Amino acid sequence: MKKFLLAVLVDNKPGVLTHVSGLISRRAFNIESINAGYTEEAAITRINIVVSVENEQELEQVVNQLSKLIDVVKIVNLSKVESIKRELVMIKLRASKETRADIISVVDIFRAKIVDVSQENVVIELTGEEKKIDAICEVLSEYEIIEVARTGAIALSRGPLPVKKM
Amino acid sequence: MLINGAQAILESLKKEKVDIVFGYPGGAVLTLYDELYKMNFPHILTRHEQGAVHAADGYARATGRVGVCFATSGPGATNLVTGIATANMDSIPLVCITGQVGNPYIGKDSFQEADICGITTPITKHNYLVKNVADLPRVLREAFFIARTGRPGPVVIDVAKDVFAAQLNYDYPKKVHLNGYSGDFIGNEGEVSAAAEALQHAKRPLFFVGGGINLSDETDAMCALLACTGIPVVSTLMGLGCVPSADEGFLGMAGMHGSYAANMAIMECDLLLGIGVRFDDRVTGLVEEFAPRAKIVHFEVDAAEINKNIRVDYRVLGDLRWSLPLFLQKIKAVTKDYKASYSMWRQYVIEMNHAKPLSYKKDNHCIMPEEVIEKVSALMDEDTIVVTDVGQHQMWTAQFYGFKKPRQFVTSGGLGTMGYGLPAAIGAKIGRSDKKVVLFTGDGSIMMNCQELATAADNDIDIKIVVLHNHVLGMVAQWQRMFYKKHYSQSVLNGHTDLVKLAEAMGVSGYRINEPAELMPVLKKALVQHGPVLIDVMVPDTEDVLPMVPGGKRLDQMVMGGDEE
Repeated sequence: MKKFLLAVLVDNKPGVLTHVSGLISRRAFNIESINAGYTEEAAITRINIVVSVENEQELEQVVNQLSKLIDVVKIVNLSKVESIKRELVMIKLRASKETRADIISVVDIFRAKIVDVSQENVVIELTGEEKKIDAICEVLSEYEIIEVARTGAIALSRGPLPVKKM
Repeated sequence: MLINGAQAILESLKKEKVDIVFGYPGGAVLTLYDELYKMNFPHILTRHEQGAVHAADGYARATGRVGVCFATSGPGATNLVTGIATANMDSIPLVCITGQVGNPYIGKDSFQEADICGITTPITKHNYLVKNVADLPRVLREAFFIARTGRPGPVVIDVAKDVFAAQLNYDYPKKVHLNGYSGDFIGNEGEVSAAAEALQHAKRPLFFVGGGINLSDETDAMCALLACTGIPVVSTLMGLGCVPSADEGFLGMAGMHGSYAANMAIMECDLLLGIGVRFDDRVTGLVEEFAPRAKIVHFEVDAAEINKNIRVDYRVLGDLRWSLPLFLQKIKAVTKDYKASYSMWRQYVIEMNHAKPLSYKKDNHCIMPEEVIEKVSALMDEDTIVVTDVGQHQMWTAQFYGFKKPRQFVTSGGLGTMGYGLPAAIGAKIGRSDKKVVLFTGDGSIMMNCQELATAADNDIDIKIVVLHNHVLGMVAQWQRMFYKKHYSQSVLNGHTDLVKLAEAMGVSGYRINEPAELMPVLKKALVQHGPVLIDVMVPDTEDVLPMVPGGKRLDQMVMGGDEE
């Protein structure tokens, strides 16, 4: 299975997320992550989808089926151009007096941040590529993880050209 | 112009030249129906919302125009679902307007509330929930535009109840502005050139024509291509009628119940030109072995259809109204005697068709269903619209009717919806009152929307309903006979239903034909009688639709039958 990150520009209208997610489920596409947010244009929402496909043919189907949706303005496969991919994770971790110093050193090594702390726990925030996020989760798994929230990947292409002009 | 939402909808329908609405009133659409009453807008009251949506679909298929239906919220809207899915599978343009509960009640599980946009998202080309009356003109304009352009399809407009009564300053937009949909499907000329070039190298080319030709009304270009090249042609179920079946080069329908020659031609051709087809599993058989010796060219308007089921060698992406005339022009520009180059291949497949034609065993003691279809065909006009339900009778009609005209055959292909036929026939007749309409159905299918007999009677809709009555769910029974050791599980209908009395109870004339000797005299009388008529023809319960390619088999692994055995 190969992963690709698709940037999908859609009209910022009610129902558009239903149309996109409904299509993904009924065509039985494998989605690793999906997220949506406002863009530089008020009328446009950007949905970032990481799809996992067997081959190019399946990828072509995903893109063509999504393109068919009336609300979809533009789709670019950012895995096929030079791009920067980022994901954000927040991890709530049990942190006692004994473990706190170790946890802080892990946080430093990953250049993560501690954004909340109490006598019993810390909340760690980290931004990076998926592999880095996976790595910190792996390392911290030897402590008691209470909760994890990940955003899924977003990406921008390198250079001045925006997706809408690709 | 200050009017309310309901008036705005009806004014917009007038602007879209809608001449009839099929529908069923209810709580959430009372305001809409009140304006319809005041405006005296043409409307057919069906007896079930499913009847309304199938009627709109039959109207759309027969006329090429957008079919329109109304239903109320909740159960009214959900009753449309089967009809919307039917239209979506066969790319039929519909605009379905449903009432929704009022804005303050949305999301509260209110009386007769159902999220019809959520429900219909997978089975519509697009849908809208209108919560603000100011959006109505734009939404209606867009809905009709989306429904009819490109690959056509159904659009649902769900309107909150209070929106019908709210006032707006009405102005119907002249243009549609959609960021993600232009409605323009002109493709790349290079792709047409490549397809024309591929033809120059082919020795055994074959046209494989589908519903796209009927939908785009490109029959003339298609026939011109056939006349110019002499290339033999096979059709999908949905493509029937787009080339005259009487042409010698027409080998019939391909696929699961296709003719021997049609399926063998697909197996043996070296260039398959698929035009307005989507390589459905019923037509390809085992996909890996479909057209194994051929390069495949795919003329298609929908990019997502290309390489979906079958990997193709050449694509021609774009509206057939653009690509087919251009293709014809390009192949005519080459000085080549196409007919001479393909004559041996053409002769070969035609002889194959003569050697193993579609056939059935005649029997002096009973009426064969195939014979009924042939006799009705002989008695009707050549442009009669032929509607079917789904099952054995549908396949026999496809095989034996002999279609001559585009948009002549109205049938639920992709979804295979039993109960489609009667309401679709009503819609087809309303759309094409200048033509005769005959419905072939079975004793299973007719019961699924038999309430629409009342619609036909009360509106004096001149349709002829031929029931091939075999006392079984024929196609189910055929599969049980072939693959389930003759376990006729729940497929036998030897009950007490009298279809003639049922028809008469609803105001439709009924005839029953038991004996072979009665067939022609009764058909001759009943088919010319004015108004809706049901003819209940008793046929044997064990007749199979043949040939048959069992599911997952190659097209040349047909089970033959008829006179061949």
